[in-house]
Amino acid sequence: METIPYFPGCTCKADALPFEVSAKAVMRELDIEMREWERWTCCGTVYSMTTDDLIHQLGPARNLIRVQEEGSDRVVTICSMCYSTLKLSAMMFDADEEKLQKLNDFLYDEVDYEGGIRVMHILELLRDDVGFEAVKERVVRPLEGLRVAPYYGCTLVRPTEAGIDDREEPRVMHDLLEALGAEVVDSPFKVECCGSYETVDRPEMVAEKCHRILSDAIKRGADLVVTSCPLCEFNLDDRQDVISSIAPRFPGIPVLYFTSLMAIAFDLPEEEWGLESATVDPLPVLQEKVLAPKDEGGG
Amino acid sequence: MPRIGVFVCHCGLNIAATVDIAKVIDRVSQHPAVAHAEDYIFMCSDPGQLLVQGKIQELGLDGLVMANCSPTLHERTFRNAAALVGLNPYLVEIANIREAVSWPHMKEPERATEKAIEIILATVEKVRQNTELHTIKVPVTHSVMIIGGGVAGIQAALDCADAGLEVHLVERTSSIGGMMASLSETFPTLDCPQCILTPKMTQAGKHPNIRIHAYSEIEEVSGFVGNFQAKVRHKATYIDWSKCTGCGVCMTVCPTKKIPSEYNHGMANRTAAYIPFPQAVPNRAVIDDKNCLWLLKGKCGICAKKCPAEAIHYEDNTEIEELEIGAIIVATGMEVLPVEHFGEYGLGKIPDVVTGIQFERLLAPSGPTAGKVQRPSDGTEPKEIAFLQCIGSRDPANYKPYCSKVCCMYTGKQAMLYKHAVHDGQAFVFYIDIRSDGKGYEEFIQRAMEEEKVLYIRGKVSKVFEDEGKIVVWGTDTLTGKWIELRVDMVVLATAAVASSGVNELASKLRITTDEHGWLKEAHLKLQPVETLTAGIYLAGAAQFVKDISDTVAQASGAAAKAIALLSKDHLERVPIIACVDQDLCVGCGYCETFCAYGAIAVDPVTGKAEVNEGLCEGCGGCAAHCPSGAATLTNYGKKQVFDMITTFTNGQVVQ
Repeated sequence: METIPYFPGCTCKADALPFEVSAKAVMRELDIEMREWERWTCCGTVYSMTTDDLIHQLGPARNLIRVQEEGSDRVVTICSMCYSTLKLSAMMFDADEEKLQKLNDFLYDEVDYEGGIRVMHILELLRDDVGFEAVKERVVRPLEGLRVAPYYGCTLVRPTEAGIDDREEPRVMHDLLEALGAEVVDSPFKVECCGSYETVDRPEMVAEKCHRILSDAIKRGADLVVTSCPLCEFNLDDRQDVISSIAPRFPGIPVLYFTSLMAIAFDLPEEEWGLESATVDPLPVLQEKVLAPKDEGGG
Repeated sequence: MPRIGVFVCHCGLNIAATVDIAKVIDRVSQHPAVAHAEDYIFMCSDPGQLLVQGKIQELGLDGLVMANCSPTLHERTFRNAAALVGLNPYLVEIANIREAVSWPHMKEPERATEKAIEIILATVEKVRQNTELHTIKVPVTHSVMIIGGGVAGIQAALDCADAGLEVHLVERTSSIGGMMASLSETFPTLDCPQCILTPKMTQAGKHPNIRIHAYSEIEEVSGFVGNFQAKVRHKATYIDWSKCTGCGVCMTVCPTKKIPSEYNHGMANRTAAYIPFPQAVPNRAVIDDKNCLWLLKGKCGICAKKCPAEAIHYEDNTEIEELEIGAIIVATGMEVLPVEHFGEYGLGKIPDVVTGIQFERLLAPSGPTAGKVQRPSDGTEPKEIAFLQCIGSRDPANYKPYCSKVCCMYTGKQAMLYKHAVHDGQAFVFYIDIRSDGKGYEEFIQRAMEEEKVLYIRGKVSKVFEDEGKIVVWGTDTLTGKWIELRVDMVVLATAAVASSGVNELASKLRITTDEHGWLKEAHLKLQPVETLTAGIYLAGAAQFVKDISDTVAQASGAAAKAIALLSKDHLERVPIIACVDQDLCVGCGYCETFCAYGAIAVDPVTGKAEVNEGLCEGCGGCAAHCPSGAATLTNYGKKQVFDMITTFTNGQVVQ
């Protein structure tokens, strides 16, 4: 089994713990161990992305040094924002020797960061290393008839230079879902902003944005929405109560991490599905479309 | 001892206000090689030149250092003046004490004066070692090859042919006409290309001095100004053009009918055996070997059975023709950014989102809908259309930083033509700025706004998507500061213009350069816009940068004039400052070959020594700088000359 250093980030140890559980489980099934190291720190979050200085890069940089200490030249994340902060930081230090020198001078108590660490999102790992063909082969319970709208959000595909796919027409989750046997619902809002951290101060605004995203998916016939970002998941899922208060006729739609669908398609034990973070209960639709014994239609 | 004259110009106050002229004269006169030093207020004026000429004759000067402005301004002036009184012009050199001294050092006169003295003395060191040179004469071939058969190539061809030159017009598709042939009507006068271009195409086709090489590409170009050798590949047509009458029977019977038509920019299909459009020149059919069933699978063969002229032969009739050429005009034109871009605008995904050039075909009477505006998806008449400008242009972060120049005008025209076709239709135009800087252009846009009631919205669009049969456009109106959502039937994108595909390969065959975006590079943006840095090769039309038809035709005539002037003589004269190789020192290592950008130096296989082609060498000095044995030098820029100049600047210290 191949081992790759895994950076969890804060949310995947709290609200999004089920995401981590399902992600680790499905990767194990595909012969990859995502191994978390000790002493990982904050990824830097928006602070490293919104300020043009070096001091806010210390968070991501320290983590890159840890990866180097692990003896690996790559690291995988499951949270889209952790991916983006670490990736942008790694790219910056690879491109700018002067900044790298300053960083190493400042972090004199650490070993020098040498650069060259490849930061990967788990979707990239699945697409480029494992391959969707291999994923398809591992599927024992195809998600036939399940209509899924993938939602990419922002940090997975933007900024362009750090994105894992086309920033306007990404395919990676589409292709993965097809490998799982699901029917993919393509929505033009798949890369539209979910409202991000505005959810703290302006939940109504976030609800308005998520309403538009989810309504379009519903209109196009989706049974559920999948995402790869804990913040998107929170906004799209947990904010549906606010949506209902501004749009009483909004029917609601379950929002899951894509890894949950993989775990179900791989027929892993229920405790590894990672459905606990879902506020809108996905079980009824999963029961109806996937989990109920299939009628073999008279053989 | 040489007798060098130094003449210092005041340039009014341009030089004299900063540089202490008297001090300069005093110091320079002390140099043993300087026989005379004198100053004058305007040396380039008639009295100034007479002064110089008089002193040459009176004192028997054998070299001149002219201390004045940049050599690009007056080197030729003083060299001609010297030649008129019998002094070889290459014994005259300029010491630039204006651009290099008085202007940049305006606030430090003392240092300026010292610098002026050093520059003059260094130039004295050069001139005293200069040798007399004589203009190189090269014979010329009186023919022009024009690459690209759009309106630029056609215009240049007609101009050159009318001047009596033999013209080879090379076009890679099977008909001349280019992008203009696909247009509906043209701004600001609304003539249709069928009325104004087709006659020119016919004229080019019938002109006794023009030979059209259609369906042909440039294989290789060698030689130099006045004496190029071009290999032109006539691609396999699988149809004998000497028999083909252009009747079109092969098109009617060909069963492979679903190939996107290049002429219609994918808005209609064509067959595998085809003539691109009815007015094609030459009006001959070709078989597209990537789609023909017979050529791919050996099945079908119906066109050969039905062709009344028995012109169809399924054998590869590729032919390479060698041509002797005096001058070359490159007129390869432009394209629009490919469809795989612009996911945010749904291009390539939503059938009713089209590019500007595609919409031209929907408006054109010669187009697939015969000029009826119909949605590509369902054939219905669109009642509302949004035109989005600057798609990929003026967008340095994602696509192209430049303005594509023609889009403001053609968008206005398309909106207007759409309103003419659909009277109750509404056209919206999203724009950043309107750039209508040609004759009659602003009035044309005003007409679109005021009379045709096209609704102009100042702002960019962020997203275009499909929703319940409509196309939703999200944008902003930056004049009201409001967010806008429109639900329309069609969207037309004014996508960025880019250089034609394959132009980089062509440029390297021609030894000319492109800029970072693939536009062909002119010798000087303002003063030599049709010349390239390679002598004898000129640019016409949008190959150099996006142009509308008016500018294209003007530049084409300009390029033709340059070619005609070049070939108006039997011999060409070239500046003799070129590389030469000391045959005693050359070891034939061939280093110089690898550094020569012009292919002008090569090791002779017989003698094993490098030799310079006088017709090709541009005198850049690259070979001289790289030659390990010091055999290659540039005339009048010998190693000792250059080192002596540097030593002057280092106050006599020997430089290593």
